[in-house]
Amino acid sequence: MAEKTYLQAISEGLRQQMRHDKRVFLIGEDIGVYGGAFKVTLGFQEEFGPWRVIDAPLSETAIVGGSTGAAIMGLRPVAEMQFSDFISCAYDHLVTIAAKQRWRAGTAIPIVVRLPSGGGFSGGPFHSQNPESTFAHIPGLKVVCPATPEDAKGLIIAAIEDPNPVLFFEHKHLYRRIKGEVPDERYVTPIGEARIHQEGDEITVITWGAMVHTAAEAAAELPDLSIEIIDLRTILPWDKEAVLASVRKTSKALVLHEDTRTGGFGGEIAATIAEEVFEHLDAPVRRVTAPDSPVPFAPVLEKAFIPQVADVVAALRSLSEY
Amino acid sequence: MATGTSIDVVMPQMGVSVSEGTITKWLKDVGQTIASDEALLEISTDKVDTEVPSPASGVIIEILVPEGETVAVGAVLARIGEAGAAVTPPAAPEPAPAQPAAPAEPIAAPTPPPAEVVPAAPAPVAPSTVPASTHVFVSPVVARIAAEAGIDPTTVPGTGNGGRVTKKDILAFVARGGAAVQAPAAPSVPEPVAPAASMPAAPAAPVPAAPAAVTPTEALPDVAEAEPGETLESMSAMRRGIADHMRRSLDTAAHVTSAIEVDMSRVVALRTELKDAYLRDYGVNPTYLAFIARAVVDTLRDWPWVNGELRGDKIVTRNYVNLGFAVALENGKGLIVPVVKHAEGLNLLGMAKGIADIAERARTKKLTPDDVAGGTFTITNPGGYGTFMGTPVISQPQAGILGTYALVKRPVVVEDALGQDVIAIRPMMNLSLTYDHRLVDGAYAAQFLRDLTHRLQTWTVSDY
Repeated sequence: MAEKTYLQAISEGLRQQMRHDKRVFLIGEDIGVYGGAFKVTLGFQEEFGPWRVIDAPLSETAIVGGSTGAAIMGLRPVAEMQFSDFISCAYDHLVTIAAKQRWRAGTAIPIVVRLPSGGGFSGGPFHSQNPESTFAHIPGLKVVCPATPEDAKGLIIAAIEDPNPVLFFEHKHLYRRIKGEVPDERYVTPIGEARIHQEGDEITVITWGAMVHTAAEAAAELPDLSIEIIDLRTILPWDKEAVLASVRKTSKALVLHEDTRTGGFGGEIAATIAEEVFEHLDAPVRRVTAPDSPVPFAPVLEKAFIPQVADVVAALRSLSEY
Repeated sequence: MATGTSIDVVMPQMGVSVSEGTITKWLKDVGQTIASDEALLEISTDKVDTEVPSPASGVIIEILVPEGETVAVGAVLARIGEAGAAVTPPAAPEPAPAQPAAPAEPIAAPTPPPAEVVPAAPAPVAPSTVPASTHVFVSPVVARIAAEAGIDPTTVPGTGNGGRVTKKDILAFVARGGAAVQAPAAPSVPEPVAPAASMPAAPAAPVPAAPAAVTPTEALPDVAEAEPGETLESMSAMRRGIADHMRRSLDTAAHVTSAIEVDMSRVVALRTELKDAYLRDYGVNPTYLAFIARAVVDTLRDWPWVNGELRGDKIVTRNYVNLGFAVALENGKGLIVPVVKHAEGLNLLGMAKGIADIAERARTKKLTPDDVAGGTFTITNPGGYGTFMGTPVISQPQAGILGTYALVKRPVVVEDALGQDVIAIRPMMNLSLTYDHRLVDGAYAAQFLRDLTHRLQTWTVSDY
């Protein structure tokens, strides 16, 4: 056990899984010689060689298309999008081919697409998005959004071992900001299981990724409220039972995500709560999300765009007083 | 009893914040004819008492709500039919749906010990009371717990927004065996208690009927009993409202009173001069109160916190004055504070008319709730009965209230034209300002009174 950053935990998971399974290889832009835009794969080419850590041309289509083909041929590719925003270039390969191949032809497509996502550093509209809900809408994919170093390591290994295409959203703002104890050995954190980040019995906050930490900070500002924070960890498939059990207990739910509001995954969670545990609700389900806008560059605007601790505190207060 | 040709008379919406009203008097009986807009009944809300006019001409075929009952806005009170329509004798309250013969079935089935006290699906337990027809929002979880425990949720004291019954409230209510408690003064709520607390953990034998004897109809017992020689009567809605408001005001504001003496010679002289002309030309009496109100409005402009409000941690000041006037109803039946809106735009004549208008409508019960809302400062005038000093209670959320007292001729020492002290007979009046010391300091209040006095003592034609 040692304290590691979120970034180091992902890096360690990748390295251990590459040592563990020779079918695993990495492909992406500048991931080899340069070590990756965020240095997640620094030193990997030295250890595993250029055929397992491939610097790809600037073509997300080629990266995901090539990975899909390699997976069909029995390999375990881990593709990196330099920023999750660029996944749109590979949408067709991912959604039309990779997500449907198993259903259509019975062929497993065990690829992982790593997606550095999220804002908070003035990256603007092309380098700050959280497109998880776009892919949560695609049957055949799995979507993972870890919030802690321990989960990031366990889930990257689970994603590589999973026989389906898995989108692995790594929040850039957490890379070096969040540290935590991470077991040294190789381990798997199961996909599809939520984690109770903090127990409470008055309000349930359902969130994932960087917003888990925002929620925890907000809860710390409200010591008189007993707040339960559920870190979903996985968006598809998501852990309905954990959420519903918590809402049955607290009767009040706040869904928090960094993604924009309309069509955000929070809507699906809110709808499910209303459908399944309506008779346990003591207040309307609330959402705190980014507004329906591209991510602004200006720090002031970006701060107004991304849900802040104060926004969550205000929403929790109003739910508590309802 | 429905008929295609009858018209419903409903409890009117008497302003945005009023949700219910009490029938104080039916002015017509079943079978009598009534004209459209003719007064049909009198109602009392927590803000005003008023008459309800008939919505149509015809015959009263049915009266559904007897005098003394309180019903929600929109509730049907009576039905009016065409002349000659069959009438229904004044029925007792709405026939209640046949109550299930005493809930012999215990709430929890006696067979296997209930693993869960709160079943996942709502148990179809018949509520033991007919739900009150109030329009209070009941959340899904509260409705479910109420149904399971056989409680009318409207009998549970609520601590949520607008008095809404929260899940905590009803769980605590159930845990206490359904007994009502005094609402805590602070908005803190009782510790949440699991509903299991009131239920036998694992009944081996069939549970006797109604284990936690929840009898909501007795939940709020009238504990007052008359001793020999005493008489008990129910509080009117207005009296209850006054009681609540007075208590709340004293619990809220830091009341301090300062008083000042005013030489009203000039006002008396001016009034004498204007009175006949005002009465003749406008039909309105320029009362001393109108003069004082005019001077108050001008003085509030210079001392805005007296016309202000503490709202949360903010201080509210205003560029307008909605001036409230405390009006006592006959026989001690209560007090009402109608408001002259935007008094800053009124000259002396306008003020006199405004005061006369609200006073007349207060006497004839023609005020609407909006007439008594929105005041920013209040004047109360108990001086008519000869009192010379008082400490009125501030109308929340205002910051001050001015008391005006008896106008009496008193000997006072004044300076004559040569600078010599002489004793003169002057019409004197005491004014008191009771202010919320949280916002208004003593010096500030004193300066307000000083300026007000100065205005009244130096009144000129241009101040009309």
